[in-house]
Amino acid sequence: MTGFTTERLGWRPWLAPLAEDELTDAHHEALVDRARAASPYFRLLARDPDVLHARTKTDQDIFYNPDGGLPRAERELAATATSRHNGCVFCASVHARFAGHYSKRPDDVRRLLDEGVDARQDARWRAIIDAAVSLAATPSALGAEHLAALRAAGLDDLAISDLVHAGAFFGWANRLMLSLGEPTQEEQ
Amino acid sequence: MITDVIDHLAGIAPGSSLDRLRDRRPDAREHAQRGYDALFTPDDEDEVTLVERDAVAAFVTGLHQDLTVARFYADRLAELSPGLLKAVEAEIEAGRATGPYGVYQGALAAESREGPRYRAGDPAALGVRLAAAFEHAHLLVFRPREARAEALRDLRAAGWSETGIVTLSQLVAFLSFQVRVVTGLRLLNQEGVSA
Repeated sequence: MTGFTTERLGWRPWLAPLAEDELTDAHHEALVDRARAASPYFRLLARDPDVLHARTKTDQDIFYNPDGGLPRAERELAATATSRHNGCVFCASVHARFAGHYSKRPDDVRRLLDEGVDARQDARWRAIIDAAVSLAATPSALGAEHLAALRAAGLDDLAISDLVHAGAFFGWANRLMLSLGEPTQEEQ
Repeated sequence: MITDVIDHLAGIAPGSSLDRLRDRRPDAREHAQRGYDALFTPDDEDEVTLVERDAVAAFVTGLHQDLTVARFYADRLAELSPGLLKAVEAEIEAGRATGPYGVYQGALAAESREGPRYRAGDPAALGVRLAAAFEHAHLLVFRPREARAEALRDLRAAGWSETGIVTLSQLVAFLSFQVRVVTGLRLLNQEGVSA
């Protein structure tokens, strides 16, 4: 495997996904978005449809809910920092592209991938990345000092809660992506 | 009756400011709970038994060292299989570490960080399936970057089906999420929401 990248990668499962023609209505409901039936990752998770459904609805509200809180760019930044720290090259590639796109700061995101979570950033991104990385630790190292830094950087309670959820969600997603298959150079 | 496990574990009271904060993300709130329900009160236990789910949960949350969360899952296991709890507690002791760590291949080799590679201390007490599940859970919790196809072959050899492995992986990964949400919300709750 190469290092962290913002290129589009594929992902190859190590267990057999369900075949597209095996998917029932219940599976499609679990996939939420019908287009996801094309993805071997989601068709593999469809082996346990109830958990997949809960996972997907949780994911979408954490990242897409536009009602205040942390801007989308910084939810994606938290996802990228968590993935970078845990070592999920695939997740980091996807969410680094989102973070770069929504923030219009692709070079800063790129530096996070290239140099790691300690790479130079402005004060607000520093606080967000530090909080995400501390939360990614096992046991968690997130503390009152991180919340104080986030408040000093202008985050309100909903924004901090969004950051916690975005980081925590990638504690979930990274572990599935890393352990059920591997990234490939060709996009699928 | 606990209707929302995250609220229960983070100490969020109905009508409190944190309660209102969580309502701003209603789907995330509802489906974090539904994920818990799907994992711990599944429609059937053909692929992963209820005891296996509670034992893995007690092990994984014990490794995260959040005492409230760990106690919650240990109590669940104690209710379902009191004899197994002592064995699981010994495995938690043996498996404690600080992560994430692990060896990278190729371009990232310079970022490799060594750490313990847990093996079940008393596989006889756990049984073949659970011993393999604990070793896999420890890999996922602490060094997910080292996950390989071979690890899934070890689970297959211990009797886990492909669907069972998906559920087991979701269980470990979901708990990694849940415990972190609890940690973060509890911190916010303790310092008093300012909004």
